[in-house]
This record gives sequence, structure tokens and C-alpha cells, in this order.
Amino acid sequence: MTETQDTAGSPSRRALIGWGGAGLALGAVAAGGAVAATRAGDDADPAAAEAGGAVAFHGAHQAGIATPVQDRLHFAAFDVKTDDRAEFVRMLKDWTAAARRMTAGHAVGEGAFGGLAEAPPDDTGEALGLKPSRLTLTIGFGPSLFERFDLAGKRPEALVDLPKFAGDNLDRARTGGDLCIQACADDPQVAVHAIRNLARIGFGKVAIRWSQLGFGKTSSTTPDAQTPRNLMGFKDGTRNIAGTETDRLKKFVWVGDGDGGKDESWMTGGSYLVARRIRMNIETWDRTSLQEQEDVFGRDKGEGAPVGRAKEHDKPFLKAMKPDAHVRLAHPDSNNGITILRRGYSFTDGTDGLGRLDAGLFFLAYQRDVRKGFIPLQRQLSSKDALNEYIQHVGSAVFAVPPGVRDKDDWWGRTLFSEEA
Amino acid sequence: MRAVRLTVTAATAVAALTALSACTAKSDAADGDAIRVTAADAKCETSTKSVPAGQVTLKIENKGAKATEVEILFPDDRIVSEKENIGPGTKYTLTAEVKAGSYEIACRPGMKGHGVRQKLTVTGGGTTAKRDPRLDKAVADYRQYAQDQADQTLPLVETFVKAVKDGDLEAAKKAYAPSRLGWERTEPVAESFGDIDPKVDVREDGLEDGQKWTGWHRLEKALWADKKIGAEEKTLADQLVGDLKDWQKRVGKAEITPSSMANGAKELLDEVATGKVTGEEERYSHTDLVDFKGNVEGAQKAYELLKPVATKNDPALAKELDKQFAALGTLLDKYRSDKNSYDFVSYDKLTKDQTKELLDAVNALAEPLSKLAAAVVK
Repeated sequence: MTETQDTAGSPSRRALIGWGGAGLALGAVAAGGAVAATRAGDDADPAAAEAGGAVAFHGAHQAGIATPVQDRLHFAAFDVKTDDRAEFVRMLKDWTAAARRMTAGHAVGEGAFGGLAEAPPDDTGEALGLKPSRLTLTIGFGPSLFERFDLAGKRPEALVDLPKFAGDNLDRARTGGDLCIQACADDPQVAVHAIRNLARIGFGKVAIRWSQLGFGKTSSTTPDAQTPRNLMGFKDGTRNIAGTETDRLKKFVWVGDGDGGKDESWMTGGSYLVARRIRMNIETWDRTSLQEQEDVFGRDKGEGAPVGRAKEHDKPFLKAMKPDAHVRLAHPDSNNGITILRRGYSFTDGTDGLGRLDAGLFFLAYQRDVRKGFIPLQRQLSSKDALNEYIQHVGSAVFAVPPGVRDKDDWWGRTLFSEEA
Repeated sequence: MRAVRLTVTAATAVAALTALSACTAKSDAADGDAIRVTAADAKCETSTKSVPAGQVTLKIENKGAKATEVEILFPDDRIVSEKENIGPGTKYTLTAEVKAGSYEIACRPGMKGHGVRQKLTVTGGGTTAKRDPRLDKAVADYRQYAQDQADQTLPLVETFVKAVKDGDLEAAKKAYAPSRLGWERTEPVAESFGDIDPKVDVREDGLEDGQKWTGWHRLEKALWADKKIGAEEKTLADQLVGDLKDWQKRVGKAEITPSSMANGAKELLDEVATGKVTGEEERYSHTDLVDFKGNVEGAQKAYELLKPVATKNDPALAKELDKQFAALGTLLDKYRSDKNSYDFVSYDKLTKDQTKELLDAVNALAEPLSKLAAAVVK
């Protein structure tokens, strides 16, 4: 889980960890019926109307953050395998060129066919004939990258290693990474194609450490749209930061000029990303009574309205909720106004060998400063949230997301790696 | 190894290799058109250096003290036609259909080595395109390498087989991995003879319906899993030697081209990426790293032979390949205490992180290696 929502303005999201929350009266009976919550659908999402189109790759900020959330995700974390800075920079430029082409709906390099018969094609080909599908590719640099290439002095203060939160059960194989690429698209094959081709270009320079597919968005950055439901069947994070809310983006998401220390100007216009793989105990959740489910979230299941209110977007009355209700704990009003931009996806990686669904939320949140965003929020949630009984954080990573690629001559990471930057 | 890969054969894209299929047979062709070949222990005289295309006849006489072997060879040393084991003082007539082009006649006293060579020009229609002589040399040298590997492998296999037949479990286990190295180094060539690989290198899960399980891995299972050697195993051991002698004999006729060498190198890395890294190949003996090393050495040999041309056509690619071969070699060395030995750590002792590190290094090499074929033929 995650996310929460809010009211007036800010979103918050959150997830949490494990232990059973305090007031949960588990046990209760589940009333049998399956909850027939039909997915409200995102039909109202204006972005859907142009689902096949292309999102601009160039800009002051990287696409894939304030961009209306696409339906599908392939997220990959990489380890650096070379000690040669020039070679790594060359790869970043090659990646940028490939990303520029793929986000426009074109094949990588010289394409997927028609080249030399003796050579493998530059592009792997599975996206041929598909539309751009609003593909966005967003790069981030992890804390461990700054231990390489003489970058130590450029590590932003805000790029802290995440502390251990109560209930964390992190799998090393799903945690960390020197850099990451977030690929979002309305067509899953387009997103997977993008990661696959970038990984291929990267062989020898970087190697995938872990990756995650997401099949359904759990957040929207288009506030008029219906809030998507998570795999627990609830709307969560109903008041996310919208892509059009310039002021809130500036205040809570984009790194400002002057943020951080003197060597941090390279991050201006960027953001910080926290990724958490949050496994849900689906089977136990499903046999939990409706009352308890609603108590845990602090909303009703059908409409998504906060406790005591009628509509999803009504301002929540936090005190009407149980003290350990997810919405109450995650709400900005309970966290000194902390607000982050959520962009998470539901995932299901089949079953776990014991027949349990290996499913949950792949939580992605962008913020101006992790120390004032995810960390305090997660501290609060990890110790108190009733939802912890039903979830566990099993993967974690944090990345500095540099500003956008400005034009055709610019490249990912230029402000960090160029001396003049 | 795994699935039979026919690329070596299939990739005969290069025109120079189109010449003809040979039939080896005695013939009563008129002596007038025949090439007289006089072989001795240190010489090989031919009565003419030029003949018209079509049926070519060699009248061979061995005047030496050793048995000899006479071959007609393409510029890349692939055999057009040959006759082995011509005893001292005996004669033999060899005929073959030969297209126009440049060839060599080789006499190999003692039936081994480079032999004594004479040029032979075949004139007339059907001229074949000429290939870069550096590539012909690369192919010839690679064929020699493949032959050497087979020649060196047989005694090692015989040592293994003897241990099996003696019922000496420990000695057989010890001799198992070394007996496979030469095969692993040149696997794409061996696999181009589609019938040998399924007999000597198939794994239990690779058997087709009705196929009897024979070869190295059948014996591997007996030694490590069943821990016993019975009459059946002894019979299979003999069969392994026989099948590998067949391989040794046929290496010279494999169709090898510059692009099949390059693709073969990439396929050796594919073998590593899909079979060795997972520990599937040597699931009982866990000697996967020995095979791994053999595959990489064979790939590197093919690359080194093609390198003069690759360096000229794509210097950046050659530089990257040098770097990645070296990096993978260094990484593999961490798993043996003596760089001159093939005594590697048992694969089941590796951690998942170590396995991933190896696979990352294989990917780092295989990706540029996949571009080598294009670099040598362009």
C-alpha cells in the first residue's frame, strides 16, 4: 500500500511495513462476498484519449514524473561494470540517443531489419508497428554511483541512504542500484522493449541488478480522473500532485536553484525518487472483513470516500478515523504538510512457490528532498499503520533524478559529468 | 552441448568455398590426364601444377617408409578429397570433381601434421571469387586448431575410458573434465557434424523419444550420482572413444568460413550463458567452469585468427573484444589457484552473486562478439 491521500492538497502516500497495526481487530469474519468493486476505470483521464501518442523527450524536467501516469511500467536498476568514466559517459550519450528515438516511436540505431545479414540488428524489433504509446524514459543515479568516477563531491546531501524502517525485510537482489531507468508506457511491450534495448546497449558498461514490471497504475497525476484502485481494492492517494499544478511541483517535487550544497547545482530541475517493492499478503487481506478493511484504510471501499464523508475527493476528517488508519497517518495534515508525488504500479510476479500471489505495490515517489518526504512519512507509517499487518517492504532504492535533456545535443547526466556544469 | 547448431555448416556464404563435392574412389581414368603424385617421407612431387576443371585424377604412389595420406585442399585447408593410410610401396588412384580455382595437394607422411604441399591450379569455367588471403589463412589456421584439439583429446579420452573400464571410480572422475576440453573449445565445429554431438555430449533431458543415452554425460551420472561402474558403462566408454575418433577424422572436412568462425565464437559464449552459468551442463560433476574455460578459449582462438581483418575493418570493436576477453579471463582465474591448470572450483560452490558476476562478464563479451562476423565479411 500505499498511498494516501488527502485533501486539500497534498498527497501523501505511503506504505508501510509490517507489523500488525495496532488496532486491528483481525479476526473478524469476513463476510463472504467478494467485493465487487468494479474498477472505476480511468476513462476520464484526458491522457487516455491520446494513448498512442508521443510524449516530448526534451524539456527542463525529465518526462515520466509530472507526465500523466501511463498504464504500464518496466523499471530497471543497474550496476556499473566499468571503471572508465569516458566509457560510461559514452554509454549515457548512446542511451540518450536511443531514448530519444524510442520515445518518438522509432527503432533504435539502424532499426530491426534491413541491415547486414551477418550482424544482429541494432533494434530488437518487438515494438515495430506499435505506437509511441506515451513512452517516457527517466534516468536516476543511486548513492553508490557517487563512489565511482570521482563523483564523491557531487553527491547531493538530499540523496541519503534510506534508514531501516520497522518491518523492512529487504531482499538484496531487489534493492539498490547505481542507476535506474523508469520506463512507462500505455503498451507493456513498448516499455519492455525500451528497457531491453537500453540494457543491451549497456552490456559491458552496466548490468541489470533487478527489474520490476508493473501492470496497473495506482496513482494519477491527472486529478479529474478516477483514482485507480490498488490490489487491495481500495483507492489510495486520491489527491496526488497533478502534472498541471506548477506551484506544488515546484514546492514539493523539483529541486530548486540553491537547494543543497555548492556542488549540487547539477540537480536543479531534477528530483529524488524512492522505489519500494511492497508485497501484499493478498490471501489474508481477502479474508478480512469489509469493516476492518475500511478501518485499515480509513475510507469506504465502494466510493473511496474518507470515513464519514460521501465522495472520494471530499476533505477527510482525520479524527473520525481510527488512530492507525492508513489515510490518517499518511495525510499531510498528520505529517507537517509533507507531500510527495506518487507514481506507483501494481505488480503480480506470478506466485511464490507456496501458491501465494507474489503481488503488491511497486511504490514510486518523487520529491524535492527525501529527508523531508519519504523518510519522515515512512517512519510514521512503519511504526503505526494498521496496514502493516498485510504488507511487507521487500525491495528498496533511492535515486537522484537529474534535470531534463534540453535538446538534441544534450544528454542524460550532462550536468553531472560535464566539467562546465 | 546443447542443441545442435549448424551455423558452421550453414554459413558457407563465401563464394570461394563453392567448389565441389568430392568423391573418393578408385578410377580407371586414363593415365594421360592424371596427376602423378609421388609421395615419400619428406617430399611430395606432382607431375603437373595445372589441370582443367572437372574430374581430376591423382595417381598416387607412396615411395616412403611410412604410411601416408594424400589430400586435395581448398585454400582454407578444407578437404576436397582425400585418401588415408596409403602404405609404403603401395599405389592408389583418387578422383574428385573440382571447380576452377587454387588448391593444394598435400602428402602427410605418418598421416599427421601440415604435410608437404604442392600448388594446384584448376582452370576453366566456373571460376570462383577470390577471398581475402588473410581470411583463407584464418580459416586454415582455425581448421588446424580444431584438428589439433581433436588429436589432443583422443589420448585424454582414452585415459578416461581406461579408468572406467578398470572400474576405478576416482581415476575416472579425475579424467572426466580434461577429456572434454578439446571438444568444448571447438564445439561449433563438432556440432556441424549433426550426428556426433547427440552421441557424445547429450544430456539426459536432451534425449529424443527412443534415443539411447550415450556419451560423456551418461558416464558422468554413473560416476557422480550412481557412484558405480557396471558392464553397461564400460561398453559406453568404448563407444565414446569410437564416436570421438569419427569426429577426429571428420574435422578436416568441416565447412568453415570466416563468418562461421565468428558466429561459432559467439555461440561458444551462448553455450556459456545458457548452459554453464546455470550449472546444467555438468549437473553431477559440477565441472562447469572447466567447460566454461574451454568455450572461452575456443572463442578467443577464433577471434585472434580473425583479428587482423577485424582490426582493419572495425578497430573499436577489436579493442573492445580484447578488453572483454581479458576481463573474463581474469575473472575466471579467480576460480583456480594455478593459472596453468584446469583445476577449477566446483560450480556448486559458487554463490548467486558470483554466478551473476560471471554472467555479466559473459554478456559484456558476447554482445560485441555478435558483431564480429559483420566486421570480417564487410
